[in-house]
Amino acid sequence: MCGIAGLIHRGKSSNVGSELQGMLQALKHRGEDSTGYALYGDTDGKNFIMRFKVGENVGEGSSSVMEDVSVYDERKKIVDETLAEMGAKIVKEERTLPYSLRYELDYNVKDLLEFSQRIESIPGVEILSMGKSLEVIKDLGNAKMVCDRYSLDKVVGTHAIGHARMATESGVDIKSAHPFWGYPFSDVSVVHNGQLTNYWNNRRVLENKGMRFMSECDSELIAVYIAEKMRDGATLEEGMKASLTGLDGVFTYFVATKDSLGMAKDTMAAKPLVLYESDDLVAMGSEEIAIRSVLPQEIDTYDPFDGEVKVWQI
Amino acid sequence: MANLKTVSKKSKAQSMGMHTEVLTGRTQQKFFNPDEAENFYYFGTYDVDFNKRTELDVKDMTAPEANKEIDNLMSQGYGTIVIKNPQGKHSLGVGILNKLNLIFEGSLGYFGMGSCDGPIVRINGRVGWSCAENLMAGKVVIEKNAGSCFGAAIRGGDLICKGSVGARTGIDMKGGTIIIGGDAGAFTGFMMQRGRIIILGDVGINLGDSMYDGTIFVGGEIGSYGSDAVDSELTSSDQDWLKRKLKVAEIGENFDVSKMKKIVAGKKLWNYDNLEPTEKKGAI
Repeated sequence: MCGIAGLIHRGKSSNVGSELQGMLQALKHRGEDSTGYALYGDTDGKNFIMRFKVGENVGEGSSSVMEDVSVYDERKKIVDETLAEMGAKIVKEERTLPYSLRYELDYNVKDLLEFSQRIESIPGVEILSMGKSLEVIKDLGNAKMVCDRYSLDKVVGTHAIGHARMATESGVDIKSAHPFWGYPFSDVSVVHNGQLTNYWNNRRVLENKGMRFMSECDSELIAVYIAEKMRDGATLEEGMKASLTGLDGVFTYFVATKDSLGMAKDTMAAKPLVLYESDDLVAMGSEEIAIRSVLPQEIDTYDPFDGEVKVWQI
Repeated sequence: MANLKTVSKKSKAQSMGMHTEVLTGRTQQKFFNPDEAENFYYFGTYDVDFNKRTELDVKDMTAPEANKEIDNLMSQGYGTIVIKNPQGKHSLGVGILNKLNLIFEGSLGYFGMGSCDGPIVRINGRVGWSCAENLMAGKVVIEKNAGSCFGAAIRGGDLICKGSVGARTGIDMKGGTIIIGGDAGAFTGFMMQRGRIIILGDVGINLGDSMYDGTIFVGGEIGSYGSDAVDSELTSSDQDWLKRKLKVAEIGENFDVSKMKKIVAGKKLWNYDNLEPTEKKGAI
């Protein structure tokens, strides 16, 4: 059991960091092994923001190990050198935790595939997100713990999705935590609640097509599956609709891009989702109490039906 | 079918397709004896006055605290309780085995009004998953929408949602009536064993999948039929019953019930053959 939440403000910005923290904290009983945020903040849109990690925060069942900070420093140094080689200039650098970094990059390349492959070819380095608005922040603990650790409560933006995780089929670590970046697409992220039963079949097919997987978490498949559809020219909504038959199992998931937010529910409707929709705000979560954390007043909500896909623009 | 007014008690039940096996065991003898039904009461229930009314704001309460306070108010004789600010909390109003008028001014989360026997409840909002699960008797009315597993495993009473409901409505239900004013999701009536479901709007795929018995009435379009769910003739007595039920439920009073579809079990799966107390009472 995991909890997912998301919201999109239409026509305005808001304190989405704080709002999503409230929504995810309301869902902490659904899992607090790890919590992740995908925040679409207000930026000038000039520079790429790269969130990446050079090491792990290791919990129960993880195949990763805790390493010395000196190892992280060495990896960071190689990342910096690689960025310089590719002509990516570091405009701003933040190191929130020894293993977690945020770079603003002056880099003018549209296709991020080669860029990502080179950075992630450095052992122990994983890009959590890459985009001009998106920032994925994920770590062990509940929503408030992660929010406090990374000072997310003041992030202003248009939309956000997040995930409160109870680890069931992979370890407790950052690499298995949601959201997943829709590698190699700028500003695409995914969160998921459910189980995918044709994970390995799909993974083999997608890997043969050149797509990359960083974890063994079935939810990562959704991000890769949709990214591959979009690479082939599909719109976000088309990719999501294809997933209803292409992915087997029970699932409810959200996908966000720079200017949109979408939800999909499997054909058996086995995983919960409650939705609130108005002209200026869409808020949704695994349980109504998540929505109530941002809209305490009486509102009209509903459960989307089986096999339903919806996409909203900012 | 034989004339139910003239046949003996034993053959009447058989004519209705029910069984009259002798129930054994102390509990069943007590519960299933219609002569004792009027004397039946739960331990710890209260004598309440419906005209004695109070309000309870649960905004800053946990669900156990709120439920304990409802019990406390009933112990003081309050027969009408208005709950303010439920704000989507889970498990509110569960386990009430008492006659009570309960009104929620807002929405409930999961498992609202679960395992109840007797209260009359109005929820002026939405409910989450598994509302009124295991309801034995009473009436629960939801003014807005409901989540999945609405009325799961209910054995009696009326459960009414004026809006739309999610998937698996009436899953495993063993009696009672569920009435939906709007649409219903996939697997409605999944594995239902007895009782009736009325849906005025459309319904999703796999309607009545693996149903053992019971009846589903649908006013709108059906996504698809589930395994062993088949159409049946809508009789004039069905229509009379539907009209009465919709009127009492204050929902779809002017709905044209003659165009409704009636879905029952094909009975290719095995038949479940114990009677619920109310059915037994009606059959005898």
